[in-house]
Amino acid sequence: MSLLVLDNATRRFGGLNAVDGVTFSVEPGEVVGLIGPNGAGKTTMINMITGVHPATSGRIQFDGRDITRMRPHQIAKLGLARTFQIVQPFPKMSVVENVAAGALFAGGETSLKDAHAAALEHLRFTGLADVADRPAAALTLAQRKRLELAKGLAMNPRLLMLDEVNAGLNASEVDDALGMIRRIAERGVTIVLVEHLMKVVLAISKRIIVLHHGQLIAQGDPREVLRDRTVIEAYLGPKYAAAYSGGAA
Amino acid sequence: MKNWAILAAVGLAFAVLPLTGDNYLLRLATTVCMYAVLAQSWNFIGGLAGYPSFATAAFFGLGAYTSAVLQSFDVPMFTSWGAAGLVALLFAALIGGAILHLRGHYFAIASLVIAEVLREIVNTTPDLTGGGMGLNLPLMEGSSVAFEARFFFYAMLALGVLATAVAIVVHGSKLGFGLRCIQQNEDAATILGVNTYAYKTAAFSLSAVFVGIAGAVYASWVHYIEPPDVFDILLAVKPLVMVLLGGIGTIFGPPLGALLLLAFEELVWRNFLTVHAAVLGLIIVALVLFLPNGLLSLVRERLKRAGAPS
Repeated sequence: MSLLVLDNATRRFGGLNAVDGVTFSVEPGEVVGLIGPNGAGKTTMINMITGVHPATSGRIQFDGRDITRMRPHQIAKLGLARTFQIVQPFPKMSVVENVAAGALFAGGETSLKDAHAAALEHLRFTGLADVADRPAAALTLAQRKRLELAKGLAMNPRLLMLDEVNAGLNASEVDDALGMIRRIAERGVTIVLVEHLMKVVLAISKRIIVLHHGQLIAQGDPREVLRDRTVIEAYLGPKYAAAYSGGAA
Repeated sequence: MKNWAILAAVGLAFAVLPLTGDNYLLRLATTVCMYAVLAQSWNFIGGLAGYPSFATAAFFGLGAYTSAVLQSFDVPMFTSWGAAGLVALLFAALIGGAILHLRGHYFAIASLVIAEVLREIVNTTPDLTGGGMGLNLPLMEGSSVAFEARFFFYAMLALGVLATAVAIVVHGSKLGFGLRCIQQNEDAATILGVNTYAYKTAAFSLSAVFVGIAGAVYASWVHYIEPPDVFDILLAVKPLVMVLLGGIGTIFGPPLGALLLLAFEELVWRNFLTVHAAVLGLIIVALVLFLPNGLLSLVRERLKRAGAPS
């Protein structure tokens, strides 16, 4: 059974369909890349799935349960975690407290003490153990992105949605992050990866989904999808698409 | 553990005050304890959850009137105090559901209006509440002035200790942790699985229950209440000032702030009778500007510096 199923899901803001009748599913253990030009509706899609901006029509199922109308904290407890593109730490709390919050409120830990211990474990995994007691506001951008990752992991998720965890990182930081995402996937966590860096998408996605103007325009094997004419058009315009596919033919 | 020791020590130190036999001092101490209850209560919603509530006056007046009206129907005093706390708690849970989705200034304004609405309700139901004429409360039978001074001092002290004890428990609990997350970043807290709606409502209710009882005790203490007195806007503003003075989001900041505010009020009032409100305002502005984290933060920094190995 599919872990996540979107059935004709639509999110409307006033007259704009930010996500427009999207249907797809994610299987357990998969790593799926979600790409599309700026403004395609990728982050809205994540907000819709996590209940921040619930779908205005259509249905979303997670692990066989209808989560279309659930509130974000309920969805989080079901094991659906996300990171934010614009990092959202609790700035005055220490790094370990930030992560402990995820473990306590969604990760199934019952006491503050257990949540703390679990948090330290996730900080070691993400390489933040050295800064565990620093306030989150004191971290560098790369560290904050890793903190988002650690918070997501602390929620003990079955599906982890990563919203541009590599944006703004330098090349070696991206490699580190890539390795980390791979290790998370190896633990059996299903991952949906929103990403602009094709290097990252191609390196770890088994399948990619392309959004454009809120609509799903292509999905399938990464390399095939990237040769798809509608995808090239969406990114680079019809003129280039014609020249490119003409040259390839 | 340390917090409980401090609470016990301060509570005991206050408890021997009546031995001085000075009724003026005792009246001040009773007011300090009442202020401490208001400040400690405000800290749950304002300090921990970060929602600037001006509803304290509403809960205070609601508690005072609940208890006074019940006593006018011959309900015993202690029962009416308990009922006042319960009514304030339920009222806060109900109102909280309506206004806690508002943030920042909008929440502040909405919470400010509650007291005005309650005051109007009291004004327009003179048969039950006495309306603008106010309401007299029964005197305690066969008691002396000195006994009453001591009795109400101990009642307020017990309430202050109770509110602080609850604060200690909440600060170390899942609830307190969740509230701090909400204060820091509510959207992130939701996504991490915090039921922000339930947590905020719990904090708002906690900020009401002890204030409701304090209003009831106050009513019995002064024997006469009227709307402008118990729905006074200053009752909504002072808790905020006290918490800022003492240290926002801390356990002992609120009671410390209560002591400081009353000390300022008394000293300034005595020495600047005609312009005391202006002088008090200036002092508060200066303190908030130069000590934004409260006096406790100063103490803590000193301790940290003294404890550092360098």
